[in-house]
Amino acid sequence: MKIDKSLIEQVAEVARLQLSKADMKNLASDLIEVLDTFSKLKEVDTKNTQSSFQPVPLKNHTRDDIKKECLSQEQALANVKEKKDGYIKGPRVV
Amino acid sequence: MNKRAEQVKKINKELNLFNEIDDAPTSGSGKLKDIAVSVKDCICVKDMESRAGSAILEGYKPVFDATVIEKIRKEGAAIIGKTAQDAFGFGSFSVNVGKGMHIPKNPVDKTRSCGGSSGGAAGITKAADFPHIALAESTGGSIVGPASFCGVIGFCPTYGRVSRYGLMDYANSLDKIGPMAKTMEEIALMMEIIAGYDDKDSTSLDEPVPDYTKALNKSIKGLRVGILKNSFGQGVDIQVAEKVADGIQKLEDQGALLQDIKLPITEKYGVACYYLIAMAEASTNLAKYSGLRYGKQEKIDGTFNEYFKNTRAIFNDESKRRIIIGTFVRMAGFRDAYYIKATKVRTKIIDEYKKAFKKVDVLVSPTMPFVAPKFSEIKKLTPMQHYMADIMTVGPNLAGLPHISIPVGNNKENLPVGMLLIADHLKEETLMQVGNKL
Repeated sequence: MKIDKSLIEQVAEVARLQLSKADMKNLASDLIEVLDTFSKLKEVDTKNTQSSFQPVPLKNHTRDDIKKECLSQEQALANVKEKKDGYIKGPRVV
Repeated sequence: MNKRAEQVKKINKELNLFNEIDDAPTSGSGKLKDIAVSVKDCICVKDMESRAGSAILEGYKPVFDATVIEKIRKEGAAIIGKTAQDAFGFGSFSVNVGKGMHIPKNPVDKTRSCGGSSGGAAGITKAADFPHIALAESTGGSIVGPASFCGVIGFCPTYGRVSRYGLMDYANSLDKIGPMAKTMEEIALMMEIIAGYDDKDSTSLDEPVPDYTKALNKSIKGLRVGILKNSFGQGVDIQVAEKVADGIQKLEDQGALLQDIKLPITEKYGVACYYLIAMAEASTNLAKYSGLRYGKQEKIDGTFNEYFKNTRAIFNDESKRRIIIGTFVRMAGFRDAYYIKATKVRTKIIDEYKKAFKKVDVLVSPTMPFVAPKFSEIKKLTPMQHYMADIMTVGPNLAGLPHISIPVGNNKENLPVGMLLIADHLKEETLMQVGNKL
């Protein structure tokens, strides 16, 4: 796999990041160095090993179905700058 | 402005330890009466700007308190402000702050870093000349690292021991809230208050919270201490190794039984495994900062994707780096080789620790391989060299194990050295017991 400008552009597109030419150049060399280190994990035999997505085993909890106070609409929108009639205004999707 | 706020502002003027300071912190009644508590910027405090050290969350004032904040308020804590950190916790030296924000300076030597990412928390813990406890947060070593560099105690509990509700996520399977303080009594007190199950955090552990203060005075005679021998060799400052060895001697003098322990997979692959998982999780968490609901919001213009990209241009270099790498390792075609592989190596690392804890009660190493570096030295590091600073601390964080950094003296330049102690899951009491003997 070659880490070049087009690969970074592809990843940036997926991540919705706008990168400058300087960002692009720096990230390419960083990515090579970091992925080279990450690739060393290949040496570990994990053929019969399960993944750990949590470090500690978790128990499932259910809660009682009781009505509780939640945020008011005013509170939920307290940090929103662009709003109208109790809705968040957003950019067009298409 | 009240007297406490004046004291905090005076310290901050010199050291940049805070992103936000309360003008009139007031104490109520309870176990934390008259104790000032500083809160890492990534923990939500109602009506107080909380931005996780980032520029993209400028102006965000949560309308709710994190669970830990609710708990300390009930005990009368006076919340003095929000402490500086690497943006979103992405760093080991608190130099990766959000654009336009200040880098915290080490109270021991202002030309040096406080460590990171809880740099401001460690700095104010050292600099405060009034009763103070910090609430900090660790993903891969962000509590113990800065505690070591500033010469204070940093305590990171078992994953899930303390509720994460109201903590801004860096990496959900790794994040833990824990205290920093000058004394073990303060650490034990704060842990008794903040630990425990919370139905708002499904990953919090439903286990009884012991009397940590009681554990402080328990003898360590016969306690089995495992020395992580490989953590004292190559790449570790010789004066750091010597100071930690002196600390181990103190434990032996009080009746602890020593043996050498090796963790070959953790030692060789821990850093790679940690950064891969942390970046993968971080890149998904940072996707929520679209600029529509809170924090920095641009004028609504263009399509959704264009707007999203414009808003996110304010991320600093390290955030962009972690988003790009974290997105890459989760992409179709690379996911199994990178992300899934790392989650399997993580299992092997957890198993390695679990086996070690059949032989010993606590594991010991230096916290950081060196003392607090100068800002001029940090500038010369490549990203990977920067990440390697966490070589001692990523293991217990990956495995969700409780750990603590205790000051064990200063080097010849009078810079503090920290010793790292790690215990098995939910064995926080053992760390209280040992930590109080140093």
